[in-house]
Amino acid sequence: MIFDLLLAAALLWSAAQALTTPDLFRAVVMFIIFGLLMALAWVRLSAPDIALAEAAIGAGLTGALLLDAVGHLRKKQRNRSP
Amino acid sequence: MKTLLNVVVLLLASTLGLALGWSMLDLPVAAVRLPEQVTAQLDMSGVAHPVTAVLLNFRGYDTLLEIAVLLAALLGMLVLPRHVAGRENRPVPASTMLQTLARLLVPLMVLVAGYVLWAGAYQPGGAFQAGAVLAGAGVLLHLAGLLPAWVTLGQTLRAGLAVGLLVFIAVGAAVMAQGTLLQYPPDWAGALILAIEANLTLSIGLILAGLYLVLTNSGERA
Repeated sequence: MIFDLLLAAALLWSAAQALTTPDLFRAVVMFIIFGLLMALAWVRLSAPDIALAEAAIGAGLTGALLLDAVGHLRKKQRNRSP
Repeated sequence: MKTLLNVVVLLLASTLGLALGWSMLDLPVAAVRLPEQVTAQLDMSGVAHPVTAVLLNFRGYDTLLEIAVLLAALLGMLVLPRHVAGRENRPVPASTMLQTLARLLVPLMVLVAGYVLWAGAYQPGGAFQAGAVLAGAGVLLHLAGLLPAWVTLGQTLRAGLAVGLLVFIAVGAAVMAQGTLLQYPPDWAGALILAIEANLTLSIGLILAGLYLVLTNSGERA
């Protein structure tokens, strides 16, 4: 029960952080944390199939794609600024 | 102006949230008890895990369309104009530590993918999760500088991307002889599902890895 409440609070917190932080890299990291916590939530809801998919695709692959995008954006900015 | 916009967005979002919550509470009780029906028919499906039975047997059509959508998404990305100068064909070599780790981890990941695929018959797992693990292995290899980004796709790669959907359609068409699309004969169901899932795993892994490996090259302009 306490674990579930903490999990729900952490989910809301990481979601709010991912949406509101001005730093893109931080937002992506918060998004990945949100995905991993979401996978835990699915396990708690006894849906391990969805938990596996969420951890692998929601947090892993999407996170990697977003990090890649942030890297490209930074490279572009660096090339433009000097 | 910006505060006004924020207030409008906040109002719209909260209205949507309230409407969604209200309609959730307002939903009628389902008329058919699907979990009981699945349990009752599970013996016919050829697998022992209800989720796999629904995904690959009872509602196999949905999964067929799903893999078609994934393939279409990657094909859509491939027809977009890409920057294919070929300069960035060689990956940037990463540190020796990362390379060694990737060399150690990737065989294990392939093993895990095989296990998850096999375990899908009787416990949580299956083609999609196994494919995602394979895709993760591909992305890791690229990040460690061991696998170049996909600039041009060779014949073997194209065949691998399509084989899941093609085998699925071929099985669906073959069992159509006895009446219904994708209704496997109970004796053969287990073997057919495993064959479909093995090919799906390969294709899903390549497609998901492709979403990364095709895109990662397209922005490389100096």
